[in-house]
Parts: sequence; structure tokens; C-alpha cells
Amino acid sequence: MTTAVAGGHEAHDDHGPAKGLKRWLYATNHKDIGTMYLIFSLLMFFVGGAMALVVRSELMQPGLQFVHPEFFNQMTTMHALIMVFGAVMPAFVGLANWMIPMMIGAPDMALPRMNNWSFWILPVAFGLLLSTLFMPGGAPAGGWTMYPPLILQTGDAFPFLIFSVHLMGLSSIMGAINVIVTILNMRAPGMTLLKMPMFVWTWLITAYLLIAVMPVLAGAVTMLLTDQFFGTSFFLAAGGGDPVLFQHIFWFFGHPEVYIMILPAFGVVSEIIPTFSRKPLFGYDSMVYAASSIAFLSFIVWAHHMFTVGMPLSGQLFFMFATMLIAVPTGVKVFNWIATMWRGAMTFETPMLFALAFVFLFTIGGFSGLMLAIAPADVQYHDTYFVVAHFHYVLVPGSIFAIMAAGYYWLPKWTGNMYNETLGKWHFWLSTIFVNLTFFPMHFLGLAGMPRRIPDYGTQFADFNFWASIGAMGFGFSQILFVIVVWQCVRGGEKATDKVWERPIGLEWTLPSPAPYHSFTTPPNLEAKEAKA
Amino acid sequence: MEADKDQISNLALLGRLLVFAVAMFGFGFALVPLYDVFCDITGFGGRTNDEAAQVTYQRPDYSREIRVEFVTTVNSYAPWEFSANVDSMTVTPGKMYYATFTAENLAEADKIGQAVPSVVPIAASDHFKKIECFCFENQEFIAGQSRALPLQFIVDPDLPEYVDTITLQYTFFDTMRVSSNN
Repeated sequence: MTTAVAGGHEAHDDHGPAKGLKRWLYATNHKDIGTMYLIFSLLMFFVGGAMALVVRSELMQPGLQFVHPEFFNQMTTMHALIMVFGAVMPAFVGLANWMIPMMIGAPDMALPRMNNWSFWILPVAFGLLLSTLFMPGGAPAGGWTMYPPLILQTGDAFPFLIFSVHLMGLSSIMGAINVIVTILNMRAPGMTLLKMPMFVWTWLITAYLLIAVMPVLAGAVTMLLTDQFFGTSFFLAAGGGDPVLFQHIFWFFGHPEVYIMILPAFGVVSEIIPTFSRKPLFGYDSMVYAASSIAFLSFIVWAHHMFTVGMPLSGQLFFMFATMLIAVPTGVKVFNWIATMWRGAMTFETPMLFALAFVFLFTIGGFSGLMLAIAPADVQYHDTYFVVAHFHYVLVPGSIFAIMAAGYYWLPKWTGNMYNETLGKWHFWLSTIFVNLTFFPMHFLGLAGMPRRIPDYGTQFADFNFWASIGAMGFGFSQILFVIVVWQCVRGGEKATDKVWERPIGLEWTLPSPAPYHSFTTPPNLEAKEAKA
Repeated sequence: MEADKDQISNLALLGRLLVFAVAMFGFGFALVPLYDVFCDITGFGGRTNDEAAQVTYQRPDYSREIRVEFVTTVNSYAPWEFSANVDSMTVTPGKMYYATFTAENLAEADKIGQAVPSVVPIAASDHFKKIECFCFENQEFIAGQSRALPLQFIVDPDLPEYVDTITLQYTFFDTMRVSSNN
């Protein structure tokens, strides 16, 4: 099995990492690439966050204060594109790179050279996308969903937007293929599929989702490109096309995409809660089946994003019920996490705090999702701040909190040093308080009818918007604490033990801390170490 | 490492996954004709016939009266004046009716226009039969020209019981500016 990985790579194994820039530019080591993914994602998190703060500053008071409406729309559009494709997705790919080989007892990812490509495409893609801010006509401002015909009015930025989406897709597909080949081919002897850690399972499912839907997005944006420049009429009514078709194709990608951003988070939380409850994960098999069901259902619910386009009643009913069905496997997961904690000897270190907040706050986002799934009610909620509140609840205290939790949980394994627990707790509490202050009032704004993507609003919305803006500033600046914690932890600190935590489960904890540059060059013996219950 | 006999090599697996990804790229494009067929069958999106309907003689159903309303819109890029000559008609299902619309090219250049129809409610879209319609083909106008555009239609007597009003909406496009921005 090792032959495919080895070829020309094993020869210089004993030297450790190359020196200087070449180590990163030519990186094929899964830990180096994982690190680059995580740093890139953190950088994009701050870029996208700065854009969110522009939006929130403008919305702090009614009326137009700081920016032109056109620029405001550029900020909402770019914020979404950068956070989805630049922050959340690369962070999970980074975690996959670092952890999957260590969790399944493999020496590296299966296709290390492709791994290098899939990372280095990303800075190019986001370089293209960010360069549009300085172009005539500015950055794309038609919303991250890129609905025609509006998006076709984008200025010079349009082809750059399309090509950067192509590149992001290419990067994700290559990363996903790598994950699948690694998981299917490189598990240590004895690690059957149903003994894999949950994080590995959720990533396997996520990777299949990525390969299934990222090409569909690529197809959709290619059609936009040819409509604009090559005289086709896929989405142009005058030429016999239909703009609603774009929404169908986009959301056929878009709905699985939201699970791409949450399934690995489920995996992370399923690793952390057992460790700090000192009990194995409750209902492991049902967790696997639940994640698979969620992935399957994600393909048949897309039109719940477009209840207002004028669908036949039968269509609305189908998509409404199919969507509500997703609450069943998701509920299984939430109850399993709670059952894992039940009568556990729990402690509340920073990763556990983030994981607990994830369970609680993600569930709030899930409930508002159920409200949105009700087709007749959605006519009222559609394109209001209620939708904004919903998806930010599942993405910020959902995905982002899970990524933070993973960071704190595995940082000692990566760096060999413990992070500063006091600062970590400060980071957690400030983030949690401010994230709720930001997004909770948005539910009320939406129910009262405040529309999305508008830089001004009626004075009756002023108070809630003011609070939300204060919350956003607080949340944004609290994240600087995270950078400080990570920086300190990389530089030094109390040495971490190999197990780091009291009773962690999984192969990664059998390695020394920090994890050596090359790990599991000979596969571990699972029978002896009993990696997974 | 896993000593499964049926395990395939990394490269073979890579190949299969790449084929899957390329197939899904194709699937995105396959959705276009699929959606077209789906809309034609269901009337989804208010789709009505885009070539002359072949209606065999149907006995008029004098027990019902259907109100047919006309709505006209000009696409924002297009320099046209476009309106229906009557706002609405009361029709008997199974009988043939005529309506006319007027379009005027406001530009100082020759233009080719295209009207795109849509019918609400969706349940009626398959029962609104256009025998002759200016929307079946491009309409050429010389600079400043104004002329009447004919529509000939029949409402199918099989129209569901609960439908008593049909709205036919036309959007008029300037086909010469379709694919250029601003």
C-alpha cells in the first residue's frame, strides 16, 4: 500500500522539513499543508470579518452614514464569498489534512502532490476575487448566490468572479478526492470503516458531497459566463432561457454546500464531547447513519431556498416535508451528544466550552431553519433578517465555533505546548456573549420585516440594529484573542503531555506532542492500542 | 495497508473520483434540458406553448366565464413602448378570441424585439392555448416604428374548475442587447 505514497518521497524522509520558503511552496507533508490551510483560513476570516464590520457600521443607525449603497452591496457579497469559500471550507480541509492521517494511522495523505496543488490554488483564487475591489465598477455586488440577470450587470469584476469560483471549486474537488483516497486506502490494519473516528467519517461523507456538487456550481457559473460573453441564453428569458433555472442549479449545489460546512463540525464535536465527558461517544453507529442520511437528504431539498419563485403546491409540499425530515437525523445527533455527557465526569476546558456552545446554539439555528422550512410561513420570512439570523446561527456559533474548538483541542498536539487556558476562556465567553448579541436580535428584525442586503432601514428597526452592530464589533475584536492564544502556544508555554487530555480516545494521542514531522511510517497495531470503542 | 484483496490502487480510485466529478459537471448542464422538459410538462414557471397550438374543434362551454387579464412589461434595458390594447377580456372556454398589443421602437435605430409570455396560475398554463402569437418569433422594427401585434387564443374547456381568472404576462426584450451588460 505504501508504494503509491512513497515514490521519490521516502528518500529524503529522515531530513525533516526543508528550510525556508521552499518548505511551504513545495510542501507535500500533510502537517505543513494543514498548517497553511489553517493560517490561510484565519487570514480570510479576518478579511471577511472586516467586511462584515463595514456592513454592521453602516447598519448601526438608520440612514446612510459611511458607505455608498453600491459599496455596501459589494461588502455583503464579498463577505459571504470569502467566509464560505475562504474561511470555513479551507479551515475544515486544514483540519482534515492535519488529523485524518493521524487518526487512521497513515503516514500522510494519499496524494501529497495534488494536496500541494489544492492548497496553492486558493491564494490565487482569492487574489483574483479580492483584486476586483480595485476594478472599475467595483467588486461583485449581486449577492453571493450570483442570481442572474442581476449578476450579469457586474462590471469588469464579472469574469474574475467566475474564474475565482472555478478555482475554489477545483481546489475543493482535489482536496476532497485526496480525503476519500486517504480514508479508503490508507487506514491502519484493523481500522474497519465502522471503527473510524467520527471526524473521519463526517469528512468522508463531506468529501463525497464536495465531489458531487462543486462541479455543478462550476457548471452554473460557466453558463453565466457564456450568457454574458458568448451569446448563449441559459438564463436569459429573451433568448428562451429562464433565470429561475439558475436558482435551481445553484441551490442543487447550495444545499449540500451548507452540509459540507457543518458535517465536519459535527465530527469535531463528536471527538471533543467524549473526551471531556470521559465516556465514549453514545450511539456511534447511529451517528454514522445520521450523517449519511443528512447527506442524502441534502440533495432533495434545494427548492426550500426558493419557495417564493412561484412553485406548484405539490412542489412546495414536497420540499417542505423533505426539509423537515432532516430534523430527524440531526435530532439523533444532538440527543447522542447529550447522552454522551449524561452522567459523564465532565470538565469544562476551552474546547469543551466551544463544543457545548456549538450544541446549544447550532440547535437554535436548526429550529429557525425548521420555521423557514414551513412554506406558507417562508413567504413572510424570505429575504428578511430572519434568514440572516438563521444561517449565521448555524455558521458562526455552528461551524466557526467547532473550528475554534478543534483548534484549542488539537493545538497542544500540533505545537507540543499547552495554550493559555485563561485567555482561551476569555475568548470563549466574549465570543459567545457577543455572537448572541449580534445575531439574536436579527430574528426579531426579520419577523418585523426588515429586508436583507439593504444599507438603510426604517427607524422602527434602529434599536435592534444598534445592538447587533455592538455585538459584531465585540465579536470581531474578541477574535484577536484567538490569534494571541495561538501565537503564544506556537512560541512556547507549558509542555503538553502526549495524551494532552485526561482520557482522550484516538490514535493521534498515541503520538508524541508535538506530533513528529513524519508519523505512522509503520502502521500502528490497533489491537494493542484499541483506538476506538 | 488495509490488506483487503478487493482494494483498488490510489491512482485507480483517483481516476474514478475524477470521472465522477466530470460527470457531475456534465450533470449541471444536463439540468438545463431536464428543466425545460419538466417545465413543458408541468407548466412550471408559467410556461405556455411557444409555437402555435394545434387545437381541434372543441365545443364551447357556455356555463363558464373566464376573465383573461393582460399584463405587459418592458425589460429594463429595452427602449420600447409596449402595452395591451385592452386590459382584460371575458371569454368562454372553447371559443377562439383575438387580442392586440401595440409596440413602439423608441430608439433611433432598427431593433429586433422578442416578447416572452408567462401564465398565472400555473394550473392554467397548459390550458391557455395560443393559436397565433407575436411571441412565437422575433419582431423587427425600424427606427421609431409603431405597430399592432396580434394574439389569437383559445381557453381549453378542461381548465380546472377553481380557476376563474387567467393572467397572461408578456415581457418585451430587446434581443440585440441581451448579452451585453449595461
